Amino acid sequence: MSAESLPSTLGLPDRGGPRQPLIDARDLTCHFPVRGGVMGSKRVVRAVDGVSFSIAKGETLGVVGESGCGKSTTARLLIGLIPPTGGSILYDGQELGADLSLRELRRGVQMVFQDSYASLNPRLTVEDSIAFGPMVNGVERGEARRIARDLLERIGLDPGRFAGRYPHELSGGQRQRVNIGRALAMRPSLVILDEAVSALDKSVEAQVLNLLADLRRDFDLTYMFISHDLNVVRFVSDQLMVMYLGEVVEIGPAETLRVEHRHPYTSALFAAMPSMDPDRRTESPPLAGDPPNPIDPPSGCRFHTRCPFAEPVCGRTVPRLREVATDMPHRVACHMGDPESGHQGAGL
Amino acid sequence: MTDAVAVGAPVSERAAGYWTGVWRRLRRDPVSIVCALILAALVLSAVFAPWLGFADPYEGSMTDRLKPVGSPGYILGSDELGRDMLSRLIYGGRLTLFLGIAPVVAAFVIGTFLGLVAGYVGGLTNTLIMRTVDVFFAFPSILLAIAISGALGAGIVNSLVSLSIVFIPPIARVAESVTASVRSLDYVDAARASGAGDFTIVRVHVLGNVMGPIFVYATSLTSVCMIIAAGLSFLGLGVRPPEPEWGLMLNTLRTAIYINPMVAALPGVMIFITSLCLNLLSDGLRSAMNVR
Repeated sequence: MSAESLPSTLGLPDRGGPRQPLIDARDLTCHFPVRGGVMGSKRVVRAVDGVSFSIAKGETLGVVGESGCGKSTTARLLIGLIPPTGGSILYDGQELGADLSLRELRRGVQMVFQDSYASLNPRLTVEDSIAFGPMVNGVERGEARRIARDLLERIGLDPGRFAGRYPHELSGGQRQRVNIGRALAMRPSLVILDEAVSALDKSVEAQVLNLLADLRRDFDLTYMFISHDLNVVRFVSDQLMVMYLGEVVEIGPAETLRVEHRHPYTSALFAAMPSMDPDRRTESPPLAGDPPNPIDPPSGCRFHTRCPFAEPVCGRTVPRLREVATDMPHRVACHMGDPESGHQGAGL
Repeated sequence: MTDAVAVGAPVSERAAGYWTGVWRRLRRDPVSIVCALILAALVLSAVFAPWLGFADPYEGSMTDRLKPVGSPGYILGSDELGRDMLSRLIYGGRLTLFLGIAPVVAAFVIGTFLGLVAGYVGGLTNTLIMRTVDVFFAFPSILLAIAISGALGAGIVNSLVSLSIVFIPPIARVAESVTASVRSLDYVDAARASGAGDFTIVRVHVLGNVMGPIFVYATSLTSVCMIIAAGLSFLGLGVRPPEPEWGLMLNTLRTAIYINPMVAALPGVMIFITSLCLNLLSDGLRSAMNVR
């Protein structure tokens, strides 16, 4: 399958080599204007506020955070569904908007959405849904159908039985497989999985995760895996990015973060995970309350309103995302990690 | 999930199309079927009236005025000029049904287009289109129809125009809200993410999913349109005598209501039956088109 010749209009060739990050997001910002108040004053929702990260080729970046923290907005920025307010996206070293058009970017980046039902057109058969992308990109119908049937085979759905089915005739897991197939039909290098398995049963979720692992190997894929389920993210990710209120609070290798996370918010997320061991019950109460309104984020560190270690300095100064130690890929945005911040807990 | 084609059914290799499924569900609804048959009979008899051997609807007889229902030679009686009521009701169906359906079809095309553009493009375009539509929507439909017809003058063409204008706003509104909700669904985003242009997305992903609800709504408007058209004729703004048209007939016969109430009520009964059938059928269609 991967050896056969594919229409040249699909996918993008690898330009920068294996050491070039596939995605390099720099200071991504996305503010939505909202009409608020009696006076109709223009205010903004800071959905994504200065997010920088990179994804290496062939790796999986896991993104975690509460709902409303900007995970999905970040994903939509990466695929160009929302124009960023600021910052830049580099795909394989080429800047979107300068070296690379949106249309070209979309040949390299595809997305699988959470709601498997809403992301399939109820009036198109499974085969037509998958074939749509290639056809839009100039692949003729017969060829596009062949691609679709090949992909159905690859995602574990017998094309003979499923090609002509409509979405409502499939189970949730089957529909999500079709969505994965639809994304792969464009031969992307990066697939963004936006809560792609969150709505599935645990057993089906495991099957789909295994399928994703197989596909990643066979198609040389890079994943951006967005979820609120730390258990799943930990299992699939090479790198882990923790977001809070539109900002990155901690980022680094998944294993490092699991063992020695530095940010109180990351700690809270790990602590909130249900323990599998009855002798090691989670004792500490999880975070209280809801995240603050992103229209008026708290001053200083955005987490200080819910942080158990908050000190006056946290409300005054914005902590910078800095390396935990020199030249470490593990970075954290917390005053406690900065000896010069003046925080009592700094340097401990 | 009341679908007969259950998950894993090995029988059908290629599942039946959407409209086949709608037809299958509609067929199981006796009310809709009866209404459809009555409407079909009305339409067919109206279309083929000249070849069905009825009496001349224009030729009256001074001696046979206002015969009661069941008189020899006049099965449904005769009107105030001695014309055969059965024949006039059948012939009247031609104009009445035409006046009920044609404006809705015109409004369906224009309203769907406006609503689709407004709902899909959104923003300022949406505001411009929908606020303009709202201005028309603010008037009760009968008043608006009378006002436009009155301004344009009496006549069939003018009432067609005025009725079309009356029904554009409600259809545009429905089209706009359905389009806006479909537009926000993930499959439209997914289509955009695959690089499809707006025109392709609307054609492949939006149109098919918004046409159903709009069509059902438009069907239900047909009966309203017929009643308003009859009302215009009743007021002397639509069809003119001696043309047979149910609304006009109701008007001219109302003076005879004390002499022969049965005959005077007949055009109203026809309007009632037709609009009732249209409404029930569009109800049945709505539930048959609800896939989930």
